[in-house]
Order: sequence, then C-alpha cells, then structure tokens
Amino acid sequence: MSTDTHTRGPDGAAQAVVELDRAARVRGVTGSLLAWAGGLALLALSMALAIVIGTARIGVADVWSVVLAHLGWGETELSPVREGIVWELRLPRTVLAAVCGAGLAVCGAVLQSLLRNPLADPFVLGVSSGASTGAVTVVVLGAGGGALSLSGGAFAGAALSFAAVLVLSQLLGGSTDRVVLSGVAVMQLFSALTSVIVLTAADAETTRGVLFWLLGSLNGASWTDAGACLAVLAAVLLLCLGHARTLDAFAFGQDAAAALGVRVARTRVVLLCGTALLTAAMVSAAGAIGFVGLVLPHAARALVGAGHIRLLPVAALAGAVFLVWVDALARTVLDGQEIPVGVVTSLIGVPAFVLILFRTRGVRR
Amino acid sequence: MNKSPASAPTREGLRGDRLTRRTDGRLILDGVGLRPVPGGITGLIGPNGSGKTTLLRLLSGVLPATSGVVTLDGEPLTAIKRREIARRVAVVEQQADTQVELTATDVVRLGRVPHRRVWAPPTARDEEAVREALARTRLSDRAHQPWHTLSGGERQRVQIARALAQQPGELLLDEPTNHLDIQHQLELLDLLTGLGPTTYIALHDLNLAAAYCDRVVVLDQGRVVTAGPPGEVLTEQLIADVYGVRATVHPATAADPRPYIRFLGTLGATR
Repeated sequence: MSTDTHTRGPDGAAQAVVELDRAARVRGVTGSLLAWAGGLALLALSMALAIVIGTARIGVADVWSVVLAHLGWGETELSPVREGIVWELRLPRTVLAAVCGAGLAVCGAVLQSLLRNPLADPFVLGVSSGASTGAVTVVVLGAGGGALSLSGGAFAGAALSFAAVLVLSQLLGGSTDRVVLSGVAVMQLFSALTSVIVLTAADAETTRGVLFWLLGSLNGASWTDAGACLAVLAAVLLLCLGHARTLDAFAFGQDAAAALGVRVARTRVVLLCGTALLTAAMVSAAGAIGFVGLVLPHAARALVGAGHIRLLPVAALAGAVFLVWVDALARTVLDGQEIPVGVVTSLIGVPAFVLILFRTRGVRR
Repeated sequence: MNKSPASAPTREGLRGDRLTRRTDGRLILDGVGLRPVPGGITGLIGPNGSGKTTLLRLLSGVLPATSGVVTLDGEPLTAIKRREIARRVAVVEQQADTQVELTATDVVRLGRVPHRRVWAPPTARDEEAVREALARTRLSDRAHQPWHTLSGGERQRVQIARALAQQPGELLLDEPTNHLDIQHQLELLDLLTGLGPTTYIALHDLNLAAAYCDRVVVLDQGRVVTAGPPGEVLTEQLIADVYGVRATVHPATAADPRPYIRFLGTLGATR
C-alpha cells in the first residue's frame, strides 16, 4: 500500500483512508468472528463433556447420536432409558446451566457499568428476593390455587420487586446510587417477607425444598425452562450489545455520558428492564445462583479490557462455560447427593474474587 | 476580535438568552444572556455559588433551563438530538474520574461515541481523530498508559483530547485547572489558546482569566454583573463589589495587554 501513495493526489489520500477503513472493518469483523467461533466451540465441548459425566455411563458419541436423532438425522442405538437420561435430563440441564451462566455474567457486566459499581450483580435490583417471596407464596401458602407453578410465582414476585425498585429509585431522583439503595431496601423487605412465610407456614420438608431452590439449583431443569431462558437471553444479549458503546460512555458518570450524546434516562430504564427480565427468567428456572454475575464480569474484564463490544460476548461465553463445569461438579462431587449449584459457585467464586481483587489492587489507590 | 465579520450568521455558536434556572425553589440563574467570541475564549468568573457550573450545564444541554433558551447556531438546543449536540459541543468537567481500567487512548476514543453508528466498528477517520487529538495535547507518548497512573494534569489533558476527538465547534470547560499546580495550570491554558473550538471556560483565578480570556463574563448570585475584555471589566471596584475583596489592579499596558490583580485582603477584615 505504501508503494503507490506518492502518486496519489488529495483524492488519492481520501481514497486511501476509505481503503484503510475497509481493511480495519474487515479485520475487526474477522477477529471477532474467530473469537466467537473459538468460544462457542469451547462451550460445545464443555457441554458435551458435562453431559457425559454422571452415574449412568454414557459416551460423547452417544450424546451426539441422541442430539442428531432428535434433530431428524439418523437413529440412535441407545436404549430408551439412556436416551431419556440424555435428552430429558442432562441435556436440558446443561443447556440451562450454559444459558444461566451467560445471562448472569452479562447482567452483572451491564449493571456494574451502568450503575458504576464494581460490586453490582444481577440481584442488586431486588429481583432474586422478590422471586423467593413469590415462590414461597405459591409453594408454602398455595397461592394461585395450583394454577401457578413455583417458576410462575417466582417470576411474578421478581417482576413485582423490580417494579418497586424502579418506582422507588425514580421517586428518589433516578441517579445510579438511588437505584442501588432502592435495590437494597426492596431486597431486605422481600427477604424478611420470605422468612416470615417460611417460618410461620412451612413444614420441614417444604422448607428444605424451598431452601434448596433459593440457593440456586439446576436440578429438574426442563426443555421448557431452558428454551424460555435461551430466548430471553438471546433478546437481552442483543439489546445489550446494541448499547455496548453507550455503556462505554458511562465510564466517567452520567453527566459525561450525556455530554457524549447518550440519552441517559432512557438508556438506564431500557437496560435495567432488560437485565431484570433476564434475571427474573433465570431465577424462576434455577433460583438465585450467586457470584457468577459478580465475578465473571471482572474476570472477563481482566481478559479483554473494559470495552463492552468485546467484554459482553466474552463474559457471556466465560459465564456459560464456568456454570456448565460447576454444575457438573455440583451433581457429582458428593456420592448420591447433589449440592445446590449456587453453593459451589460461591465456594469457587470467593477465592477467585479475592484473586482478582489482589491483581487489581493497584488501580484504586 | 468582537464583531468579526468572518463569522457567518449560521456560525453563531452557543448563545444563552434570558436563562433562568430554579432548583428546589432557589434561583440559581436569573436571566443570563450570553454570546461567545467566535474561535476565542470566554471566561465565566464569579464567586462560589454564582452559577458558573449551572450555566455551563445549561449550555451543554445536560440540564434544562427553567425559562429562557440556549441556541446552537441559531437553533434551540432542545430541538437538537443529544447525539447531534455531542458532535458539536464538547464538555470537560472539573475533575473526571473512573474506576474502569482504561488507557489514555481508550478515554480519548470515547470522544468518537457520538460519531459512530451502533453496529459499525471504528473507521480510519475515528482512529485518525483520536491520534490527532492525542498529538495536539502532546499525549502521544502517554497513549497506552493506564488512566489511574496519570497525574492530575495529564488526566485533564486526556479529557481535553477526548473533547477534541469529538471534533466540536464549541468547547465548555468547568474550572479545569482547579486541582492542578501552577505549572500545569499554565500548561493547560496555553493548550486551550488557539485550539480551534469556540470556548467557554469557568475559572476561579482572576489573573488566569485576565491572562487567557478574550472576554470575561462576571456572574454574581446568578446574574451577569458585567461582561467585556478583561482589561476593561476587572476593576478594583468590581472586585470589591462582587468578591468583597480589596485589590489593586495593574492595568494593561501596550507591552503587556493583560491586567494584573493583587489582592490586599477582605473588605470586612481590614476595616
């Protein structure tokens, strides 16, 4: 390219800029496509391995044959029982793990940037405690007369608590710290309500079941759960990627973002609603799985920097791979007994978080 | 300098007309009118709480006026899209900080946000604007340095580079020299001189305002007390009236067109 620049006039220079433009764009696009392909391949491999792990011995090839058979290509030689284990139990569960991991990490990354708070996670909007209250209202008090499932109750509770946070924060002036404080207030209120309901009305067996769900568990995941969460994840991830540059602009605060052309109030409401919807869907299906949404965004930032157009996909893929493995661990590490996945994420997440804090301790004086 | 025929009627810049701002029933700005020096620097001066910051926020469109209108090249600011405003008006805050790990270049790239379309990667024009902004603020050798390792003066220069990357016609600065030592204060203001955009700058230091501004607007309790070239406006009487301070003003001479102010003490304390 440099050889012919001297023959070019001013028009040639402009031409060169346009060509550089195109080259940079092609390079950027190929680079991100390669990264996506690599990340998705890693995720697919992790999921295949996670499905294989378990009491019933099943090979990776068996998994493929079942998946292909269900997609209409060929037949599987597996017995119906084993096919059922793959298709009805392990596969939806692994898909839900991947979706929840991705969704929690994306929500965490977006909320940390939007609220300018490194400690923000998907549950900062009060969604999880609202979901808990909704779930116990259905399971323990029998609200809805059987028409509402635990998931349905949880989603209704999540929506209610998020609405409360949004209204309260708007009444308080709408700034980011008001959103966080409103979240804390609503969270405390709903946690207290949950405790009251569980302590006064539940028997020991129900309490244990509810507690298990509250801690976050992928046990009993169905295709309905996985499919619904996947659809919401796809929509919200696209929404957030569309706001990637807008989120970058929040680095120096709301006023700075506004001065860079961001419609701050609108952006905040759109992104809060999007992340709350995704969190509500995930909590309804799998309970409140802690720490993924807090730690994985920081890990992704350490990996690719703070620019959201790269951060969000990387956080999503890292979160998905992470939760797939943690879930495999949670259901196999204790013989014959399953640990709630949320407990394992915290057990692994806390040391990881401390490590990240140590790595970045120079940053904040 | 004033009434330069070179400025076409469409390049009026940012003007304020009878701007009033009321917050919680308190009058912060009271009928302020303002017009810029095309391509020059207009200083906004006045004591704490006189309304300088609020006025700048109205001019950038971040804060709405209670009454009155801000126009950008003749068009009311409220009728222009936020993104469009950000392409034409850049803001440098008093002290910007972030917890996000960014390099100097990352910060300057933020200036391209209003110019870029949603899904498109940065163009060569974007990168060129960033490179040029870094060069003009003499930060090219700091380009990859993390923000949190930069000194206060360098951070302000990075913010000015970010503002330049927006390629604005108008530049608004809110006491950008506040936390800097004298060397960095002078460096920063030298940098602003002849930068290109028409500039409004809020300043605390009257001598700096006298030295670097083509025109100063004196605010007190939300009103414009007087406005004009610093040599005419900054008198002993004005300083006594507005700041309650005794001072001697060494007037501008042919050799040094900048008046120099020496403060003697507060009016109350010496009587």
